[in-house]
Amino acid sequence: MEKSLNWREFVVTRAIKASGYSAIVFVLLIFVFLMREGLPALSEVDAGNLFSLRWYPIEDLFGILPLITGSLIVTFGAALIAVPFGIGTAIYISEIAPRWMREILKPLVELLGGLPSVVLGFLGILIVSPNLRILLDLPTGLTAFTGSLLLGGIAVPTVVSVAEDALDSVPRAYREGAWALGATKWQTIWRVTLPAAKSGVLTAIMLGVGRAIGETMTVMMVTGNAPVLATSLGSLFSPVRTMTATIAAEMGEVANGSVHYHTLFLIGIILFLISLTVNVIASSVVFRAKKRAERILS
Amino acid sequence: MVVIMTDKIIIENLSLQYSDGAESLRGISMGIPQNAVTVLFGPAGGGKSTLLRCLNRLNDLTDIKTSSGRILIDGENILDPKTDVIALRRKVGMVFARPVPLPMSIRENITYGLELAGEKNRIKLDEAVERSLKLAAIWDEVKDRLNDPAVALSGGQQQRVCLARVLALQPEIILLDEPTSGLDPISTGKVEAALQELKKNYTIILVPHSIQQAARTADHAAFFLQGELIEYDEGKTMFTTPKQKKTEDYIMGRFG
Amino acid sequence: MMKLFARNRHAVQRIGYTLITLMAVATVIPIVGTVIFILFQGGSAISWEFLTGFPYDGMRSGGILPAIIGTLYLTIGTAIFSVPLGIAAAIYLSEYAKDTPLTRIIRLAIINLAGIPSVVYGLFGLGLFVLFLQFGTSILAASLTLSIMTLPVIISTAEEALRSVPQSFRTVSISLGATRWQTIRRIVLKEALPGILTGVILGLERAAGETAPILFTGAAFFLPQLPQTPFDATMALPYHLFVISTQVPEMPIQIQYGTALVLLVFVLTMNVIATIIRSRARAKRQW
Repeated sequence: MEKSLNWREFVVTRAIKASGYSAIVFVLLIFVFLMREGLPALSEVDAGNLFSLRWYPIEDLFGILPLITGSLIVTFGAALIAVPFGIGTAIYISEIAPRWMREILKPLVELLGGLPSVVLGFLGILIVSPNLRILLDLPTGLTAFTGSLLLGGIAVPTVVSVAEDALDSVPRAYREGAWALGATKWQTIWRVTLPAAKSGVLTAIMLGVGRAIGETMTVMMVTGNAPVLATSLGSLFSPVRTMTATIAAEMGEVANGSVHYHTLFLIGIILFLISLTVNVIASSVVFRAKKRAERILS
Repeated sequence: MVVIMTDKIIIENLSLQYSDGAESLRGISMGIPQNAVTVLFGPAGGGKSTLLRCLNRLNDLTDIKTSSGRILIDGENILDPKTDVIALRRKVGMVFARPVPLPMSIRENITYGLELAGEKNRIKLDEAVERSLKLAAIWDEVKDRLNDPAVALSGGQQQRVCLARVLALQPEIILLDEPTSGLDPISTGKVEAALQELKKNYTIILVPHSIQQAARTADHAAFFLQGELIEYDEGKTMFTTPKQKKTEDYIMGRFG
Repeated sequence: MMKLFARNRHAVQRIGYTLITLMAVATVIPIVGTVIFILFQGGSAISWEFLTGFPYDGMRSGGILPAIIGTLYLTIGTAIFSVPLGIAAAIYLSEYAKDTPLTRIIRLAIINLAGIPSVVYGLFGLGLFVLFLQFGTSILAASLTLSIMTLPVIISTAEEALRSVPQSFRTVSISLGATRWQTIRRIVLKEALPGILTGVILGLERAAGETAPILFTGAAFFLPQLPQTPFDATMALPYHLFVISTQVPEMPIQIQYGTALVLLVFVLTMNVIATIIRSRARAKRQW
């Protein structure tokens, strides 16, 4: 009895520990396989071509700059929407809303995070883009801006939940101190609570942006898919094509092992590195803020 | 302070330091006799709880920087890495300061330890439930609602169920770490009465929550201060004519 | 003067509150609007034939059964891999891991997994499962890809649920002669179960709605029959919606809305179940 118990305990413990390390294994695996399939592109496509302004794979033109700028401009537009609305909603939920309202809003925002991006893209095609075309008098409604609008919606839940966590974790004593000094609730929010939650709110913004830049289906469906270099903010209102959409749209049709195939993986590496950077910075911001809080409290 | 070889527990030169620098023990040596209540008392942070947690190796769960010395129970050094800690913890039961009923029924709380030990016989489990609840002086209060969640009981009842839960395992030694600190005087009285009854068959080590409780319950008493054992004597002697100045000061309420 | 100042401050507060409230409303209305709109538009397309039939006439007629079944298969497949692994990893982090550099690296890896774009998961799945391990474009490859993507959601919510179980339960259990694993299995897991379940469902909900990771790993444009083995490709609701809203000319709009509705209901049901489990567990909790 005792013996078999010990044996089972040993096996279970080993399995649990191995699972604990699995996340590291997967990140490494992802990195290795992206490299394996993507790095050959660097020798197959010369630098002049790669950093040119034309993405036209049929003629072996693999300029990735239009795709990068496409991603950047759509994400920029999305951030313009998601940051104020996300933080505003977070402030409302954490500081202003009565309790019952909070209980309704939090699951609703969570629900938005769960809406499949393809459904948003679908509505984008049918509803948002035709109306935008008429409203803004554009030749087509499938523009970077359309993508930004929808991507903003996709990034909002991330921003809200992280920012709300940050606001929520500001000690109540801070607020009470401010109220005791005669500050209105509004002043307290702006001068005490928000500054105290600054690093968390920053993390929220970064993670929201990270979510937006990696989003695929919605942007593929509504941004018009024209690989044109975005040079100014005016490009917001013309069709663009993002890195993610390019991979999604073209990977299904390329021959495995071709130059085009390798180049799409190379774009994948770029996306991977961007998300890596965003997340490492975001988590180090949180980490540092936690350390500072510990110093203050001890 | 003579170490007698017939003592149930013999502690030899026990020292311990936690990684975070908290409460530690310095060179503790003492013998703890069978069938008596031995009280460990002194100001907070003196090492009483740490010593208790050494006796059932509960300190294994905590980060420990250094430890040395031996603890012999029935002549065996339980600090030896080869000790079967599971068997040790069945032999050395512990009741905590705050009653912690496990999130299950009263009955399941009592049978939990036995089932872990492999006991499946329903009749034996029922017997154990009744016997241990009676020993802990709580049977009459809960016998009609054994399947109710244990958290539904009052604090005093919970603590006696926790005592019964320990007794169900038929331990030889019972450690109690301020078991009445959150209880009202009546519940406290019931727990103390139960202990007086139990000491006939068990070795009981109690960290009391007040000097009054120490004086009421102690057959033997040990005064701890900042990790050191200052004085160890019979309870009656200790609380009437302490030999050490520090002990006297503490008992008289001059510090702590 | 003082009075005026005070009135000003309160006016500012009123304006500010109104502004923030409007922002929250502007955020929430489109969510509710989207759901209601699709429910209304898609409702008329729903029929027994639509839910149980195969598409025909280049998907312009018939039902979406293979897509529904496919999404079900993919969700179950994802659960098979990600749930045990995710919960075990959460147990490791909450119950076994100490605060060492290695643990910090594990946490960083989890955060990174959560941030990797879904289409990059698709590339990875293509490279590892479809090509290198030669699973082909299949339910197996797609489920494995979705599993790894779902893993961080399950790990982090399950870990939070495990951590919220009071430490004293563990101490007491150990003091009664339980081993660490007995304590976890009989006390900690049991108490954390609702929280873990919520996290699992939310993770699977995301997997069920994803398109990009299955694009090149397991999704099929059209199949005349249901997949027979895990090595077959499959249709799936999100991919099907993508196909019929962008790739098929003259697609009847009714079928598009109907498909969106079914997908939405699939995902929303999971979401609502998760929310209910969580709030009921909170109400019932005794500690």
